[in-house]
Amino acid sequence: MNPALDSRVHVTIRPDSSWALLLEIGAKEVFQIMLQSELKNIPQVEELTVSGDVTAMVGLAGALCGVMTIRCESRTAEKITGRMLGSVGTVDPSDVPDAIAEVCNMVAGNFKSKISQLAENCLLSVPTVIRGNDYEMVTVTDGEQVIVGLSYDSAPIWFCLAVHG
Amino acid sequence: MKRPRILIVDDSSVMRKIVERSLRQAGLEIGDVVEAGNGIEALAAVREGAFDLILSDINMPAMDGLEFLRQLKTVEEGKGTPVVMITTEGSESRVVEALSIGAKGYLRKPFTADQIKERVSPLLEVLR
Repeated sequence: MNPALDSRVHVTIRPDSSWALLLEIGAKEVFQIMLQSELKNIPQVEELTVSGDVTAMVGLAGALCGVMTIRCESRTAEKITGRMLGSVGTVDPSDVPDAIAEVCNMVAGNFKSKISQLAENCLLSVPTVIRGNDYEMVTVTDGEQVIVGLSYDSAPIWFCLAVHG
Repeated sequence: MKRPRILIVDDSSVMRKIVERSLRQAGLEIGDVVEAGNGIEALAAVREGAFDLILSDINMPAMDGLEFLRQLKTVEEGKGTPVVMITTEGSESRVVEALSIGAKGYLRKPFTADQIKERVSPLLEVLR
């Protein structure tokens, strides 16, 4: 076991009704601080389907085991990258996965820090990025999902926390 | 006065660029900036020439920031270099661990240019 988790009290934390709001606040803070941009709420977001051809994911291990993902369209990912780097004009395509991975990492970390038992008892993995739409994420155990859809520059961006059972 | 030479260690090239841009946006007068993608690359960079300040991520593949900090103490060119750790983790214990093995401060992502200035300025002031 990772020594950072070894000495901790062994606790298991389950999602509750406040987590969607905490995830939303955590995501908005990251965009406000790192991009100086506002993520907006989407009216009737529940009628939309999670989609996008860029997905970044960060694993969580410890008191909470699961995966945090961010999913959006390539164009949105490019805009986010340009904004993060303060670029004017074209974005270097090789920076896009790196930028989205870092946003996912920061959102996961910021969300985790808002839940006192998670801050100390849960570690994050190095992020991974998937390109393309044609995939299905399957977890080996049943679990719960917290899904938050927000709008960046009028396009949806999805923040999902899949918690392993 | 010679402008401080800085090493930025992060597995994300975007984050390395953001850290450098934030240092400059904060109005800090910095000299050469060298980038490394993990602790192993960072140790190699230090062996090639000492730095005045190192900013290092904690969570990195190959060699993480805490192990880099431990090994830095064994490298002649890096022994006295102040290190500020950058972390996404909300874990106080990892921060405490970093401080206990010699980090001079830490910065939590996401951060503003003002926050980076607040951590880094006192360390660069000492060089003057």
